[in-house]
Amino acid sequence: MNKYLTCALNWVDERFPLTANWKAHLSEYYAPKNFNFWYYFGSLAMLVLVLQIVTGIFLTMHYKPDAALAFASVEYIMRDVSWGWLIRYMHSTGASMFFVVVYLHMFRGLLYGSYRNPRELIWLFGVAIFLCLMGEAFFGYLLPWGQMSYWGAQVIVNLFATIPFVGPDVAEWLRGDYLVSDATLNRFFAFHVIALPLVLLGLVAAHIIALHEVGSNNPDGIEIKKNKDPVTGIPLDGIPFHPYYTVKDIVGVAVFLIVFSAIVFFAPEMGGYFLEANNFVPADSLKTPAHIAPVWYFTPYYSILRAVPPLFNSQFPGVVAMGLSVMIFAALPWLDKSPVKSIRYRGAQYKGWLVAFVVSFLILGYLGTEPSNVWGQFGANVPVLGGADRATVVARMLTVVYFLFFALMPWYTKRDKTKPVPERVTG
Amino acid sequence: MANQEVDHSKRRFLIAATAVAGGAATVAVAAPFVMSMLPSERAKAAGAPVEVDIGKIEPGSMITVEWRGKPVWIVNRTQEMLDQLGKIDDKLSDPKLEVPQQPVYTKNATRSIKPNLMVVVGICTHLGCSPSSKLKQGEDGMGSDWPGGFFCPCHGSKFDLAGRVFKGSPAPINLEVPPHHYLSDARLLIGEDAKGA
Repeated sequence: MNKYLTCALNWVDERFPLTANWKAHLSEYYAPKNFNFWYYFGSLAMLVLVLQIVTGIFLTMHYKPDAALAFASVEYIMRDVSWGWLIRYMHSTGASMFFVVVYLHMFRGLLYGSYRNPRELIWLFGVAIFLCLMGEAFFGYLLPWGQMSYWGAQVIVNLFATIPFVGPDVAEWLRGDYLVSDATLNRFFAFHVIALPLVLLGLVAAHIIALHEVGSNNPDGIEIKKNKDPVTGIPLDGIPFHPYYTVKDIVGVAVFLIVFSAIVFFAPEMGGYFLEANNFVPADSLKTPAHIAPVWYFTPYYSILRAVPPLFNSQFPGVVAMGLSVMIFAALPWLDKSPVKSIRYRGAQYKGWLVAFVVSFLILGYLGTEPSNVWGQFGANVPVLGGADRATVVARMLTVVYFLFFALMPWYTKRDKTKPVPERVTG
Repeated sequence: MANQEVDHSKRRFLIAATAVAGGAATVAVAAPFVMSMLPSERAKAAGAPVEVDIGKIEPGSMITVEWRGKPVWIVNRTQEMLDQLGKIDDKLSDPKLEVPQQPVYTKNATRSIKPNLMVVVGICTHLGCSPSSKLKQGEDGMGSDWPGGFFCPCHGSKFDLAGRVFKGSPAPINLEVPPHHYLSDARLLIGEDAKGA
């Protein structure tokens, strides 16, 4: 039997580099031996991508992208399609968990300087994946055609209407109508189920090809390719991805699936954070829900949008600030001037700024889920701020911190007192 | 033939010419795809003007009609409400209507053709939500000095009874007055200026 299998493999290898690819990307791809907890999230993101594609395909079999039928078809999936509720909850939970996993994956990059030379392109592909994912989430959120779907899309499309001169025409072109309507739903469906997934898959392939070209970073931020075995040419601190990290990642997958299943089965709405209550009401173009909030993964940027006051009678500066708050991640490889990569050898200044950034990000995220009067107003006797919403003032200050983390990075990373980096990884 | 020298400048010219022709063709082919996303003829037809019967609006109350899928409010303002309009200029961002958010024939003190009848698009100029009506003075939750108007539940923008925005609102400009004219005393056409106006 073995003889026939080898024979078959040879037949394939002469026509397609199967064994060569297996070796290059798995059994002879040498990853640093000191990967820790933070290194689970890349493979988990791939797992969620597969889950989203598979559940998405099955949802498409029952969903109707038509303003008159969409809402009812989602309820049909939930009530009448066999196991439809499970597939739909897996898809909606998957959307939120995608962002959980990707945010942790990005934070790993910040911790260990994974975006630094020579991994700038991996990082840029990653930022593009993140943007694409935000697009996927936004387009997908309109499809259930609930009140929050409708008004969320209304608000986001109107962001484009604030562009000076051409804005209203751009918004009309995006909607394909004078308001968010059937035309809009139909095209968002096309973007969500085919256009963006294709782009996403291409970007993920580019991300991994670039990673396997330069090799993985590690918690020490040391290049393992600098210390190779003189005979074999294999990095001394490297171990083959398969079987070592495939087995490690299976443990991560098991833990992740426990958490994922717990949410799908016991809290698919996650208290209104994963699926908002207003979205169980069909879209109505004449009635805005009392409080519009985006899904949690967009709220930090949404807070920044709200925090920037209008300038020259235009909301455009806020829109620019929001766009910048996402795009600015792409500049990280060139903003960070530190001689070390990993947080382990960084000084107090970078650590301080990173904490300030994370705290700002989280509080902005929280404020974005709440109306701007959530913390009440300052008393009329408070100088300058009298009468202003407390939450808005806080959001403005945190927005400044958010951007200073990036803007001042060239200076504080250069001036920081770093520790000496060891020659070999430290386990 | 085999020994003939390669003419590099000719080759460069041919490559450039091919790239330009191919690029132009790509742009030309992209155009119909981009334009297919514009509002269709059916959507344009659905955006036609709307005729409204305004004879039955009680003083101090409002009706909402749909035009291009947007809510248009028609408020029959009482004399008391109209008197308020002139008194709150210092609280408004643009009391003199300098931003062209209305047709020229409504750029006046009451922001309307007939003084009592306000016609505005009920879509907040901040990010497109539809504000709630709080027509009465000092209405619940709006504070005792509330002169009557509209309140946007999304981000807290406030507008007066002429659709003018209050200072301190996230909305940058006044509500839009749509083009409209009266066909008769009780018939209003929304979406079209009067002929010759």
